[in-house]
Amino acid sequence: MQEHDMSWVRTEMALAQPAPPTERGAYAWVRKNLIGSVGDTILTVLGIAIVLWVLPQVINWAFINAQWIGPNRTVCATVAQGGIQPDGWSGACWAFVNAKFGQFMFGTYPVEERWRPILVAVLLVALLVPMLIPRVPRKGLNAILLFLVLPVVSFFLLSGGAFGLPVVETSRWGGLLVTLSLSFVGIAVSLPLGTVLALGRRSKMPIVKLLCVIFIETVRGIPLITVLFFASVMLPLFLPAGVTFDKFLRALIGVSLFAAAYMAEVVRGGLQAIPKGQYEGADSLGLGYWQKMGLIVLPQALKLVIPAIVNTFIGMFKDTSLVLIISIFDLLGVVKQNLSDANWATPQTAKSGLIFAAFVFWLFCFGMSRYSMYTERRLDTGYKR
Amino acid sequence: MKKDQGCLGSRGACKAEKGLWVMKHIAIGILGAAALGFTASAASAGTLDTVKQKGFIQCGVSTGLAGFSAPDDKGEWQGIDADFCRAVAAAVFGDGTKVKFTPLSAKERFTALQSGEVDILSRNTTWTINRDTALGLNFVGTTYYDGQGFMINAKKLPGVNSALQLSGAAVCVQTGTTTELNLADYFKSNKMEYNPVVFEKLEEVNAAYDAGRCDVYTTDQSGLYGIRLTLGSPADHVVLPEIISKEPLGPAVRQGDDQWYHIVKWTYFALLDAEELGITKANVDEMKNSDNPEIKRVLGQEADTKIGTDLGVSNDWVVNIVKAVGNYGEVFERNVGSGSPLKIARGINALWTKGGLQYAPPIR
Repeated sequence: MQEHDMSWVRTEMALAQPAPPTERGAYAWVRKNLIGSVGDTILTVLGIAIVLWVLPQVINWAFINAQWIGPNRTVCATVAQGGIQPDGWSGACWAFVNAKFGQFMFGTYPVEERWRPILVAVLLVALLVPMLIPRVPRKGLNAILLFLVLPVVSFFLLSGGAFGLPVVETSRWGGLLVTLSLSFVGIAVSLPLGTVLALGRRSKMPIVKLLCVIFIETVRGIPLITVLFFASVMLPLFLPAGVTFDKFLRALIGVSLFAAAYMAEVVRGGLQAIPKGQYEGADSLGLGYWQKMGLIVLPQALKLVIPAIVNTFIGMFKDTSLVLIISIFDLLGVVKQNLSDANWATPQTAKSGLIFAAFVFWLFCFGMSRYSMYTERRLDTGYKR
Repeated sequence: MKKDQGCLGSRGACKAEKGLWVMKHIAIGILGAAALGFTASAASAGTLDTVKQKGFIQCGVSTGLAGFSAPDDKGEWQGIDADFCRAVAAAVFGDGTKVKFTPLSAKERFTALQSGEVDILSRNTTWTINRDTALGLNFVGTTYYDGQGFMINAKKLPGVNSALQLSGAAVCVQTGTTTELNLADYFKSNKMEYNPVVFEKLEEVNAAYDAGRCDVYTTDQSGLYGIRLTLGSPADHVVLPEIISKEPLGPAVRQGDDQWYHIVKWTYFALLDAEELGITKANVDEMKNSDNPEIKRVLGQEADTKIGTDLGVSNDWVVNIVKAVGNYGEVFERNVGSGSPLKIARGINALWTKGGLQYAPPIR
């Protein structure tokens, strides 16, 4: 009977074997990703050729030939252009960025008062970093300091007029200072305001709903540039002579309301993605409206739309450059303004200045984008793929 | 509508501005209607008193135009337009630093003056009848006579020394500007042919010209010098002498305040008279002891002189102006002439005694 018993039960797991040598390591990776087929091979060769062709030139221009310090245009111009460089020289004029760095950061903010924006920046970093690191405790206190106390403190520090600080008119603010203040206020205002608007738009109360719809659709229907232009050019004509309120403040309000309208639609998208059962479940637990929204619906809805929220933030960060049209000089505006300085006019100046501005914008946008991806992964409990 | 780009070499209404044309005209309509009310209230306050009370002059400048108003490394505004405001501050306060600058875009500049946001608009603005009347401005004079000119690539067009020799040339020009229209008129009226190479953005025009896609570049002459600095080999490029349009650039004030208007206007004349009499920043103190009665009169050294006080400023106002910024010639040379990278020749901006157009009535 024994020959009938062909069954064999393995009592222990087979040991995991390493993949064959041809399927692992750098060689396999190269074979799979770079020379997997004839088409891939051609693309790889082309790609390497382009990199080899472009990269040395870029490095040469941006680092090796670049001029880092200098008093005026002569360091960045060839002899034929009235400078000191040999003919045929081409390199970045970081000396221009260097000489104008203070302006790129603070605009025409008085030099002896520049410790004030620097202090605000230090405070912002000191409060923002613990806010962004999940492990650090006391998020509630941190949030109050960051979103309620810091703006007030910054306002008095930056504009002065209290505690013996001399007044610095907002017309002298500029550069990164303006870009960051506009976007920080925009972000801090637009998310809560946008959430309220989104809830209002889905509300069952007809007047609230109507008001929210009118606000959102009106603001979304007008380009930001028009909002800014009207705030700057038309508003003074309707106010009595002498009654002006600050142009920067007008831009701040315009940008914040504009971002809030977009944010409202983003949040509404998240709210609509929450199944009806969640609402009903909350109702059946006897939760009131705000409890239902605050504890059940919004945490899920906001988590779903993190990419879209960050997208709006990044878009708004870059849109702040539009304030140039009402003569408020953000980073890009100050760079462009300084391109008109004849003391620095060379063929390299514009490229260098604009690349610097692009780099700073990229730094901030990339940072926001990476942080949002990290947050998504951390909160991604139910939908992980 | 020229003179409004916030870029090196200025120039030309860009396309975006064309798009704002309708809006601007609506705005101008409202402006016109509102102007009366505003000027009335502004006049009743008296700009001089307001300025003295706040302790500085608010000066509207451009958002950056080489040689006229552009920030230096310290963020201080430099240029002819900026220095003009310093001169007015020196006349009023005896101190050329008592001025605050407001950079204004082309779209905002007139509203800013009307609404009292600035006291002087010194922003490379072309003097036209429409602006003098319908917009409710008062231009005080022409601090810089500009006009559309041509720059040629001398390597590609050897031997050309007049715009009349440009028949058949490829001309780079920014589209949607009066520059483009003036160009067409000029070539048509001289019965010449040309190939326009048009671009929408100033940067594109510069790049195309530098790359040799056209032989000729046309825009306002003062701008051509700024653009030449950004070219790969500036020595190969020549600005031709012809000017084919009139662009008198000057400061403007609100209508309805004659005293302020006179102060700003005579500050301009004082700059010119100082140059004519040879009064410079360096010698102004010696000149006060000059025997020349005219110099003494201008510098307020005459006994019982009332020239300054009648104007509403102190009697040594011209001394203060010259000490702050120098005479007109010094302002010109420092900002756009031999003392600057632009190296613009005086040309028609020379004094009338030297064959130019700058002429001032006597101070007496």
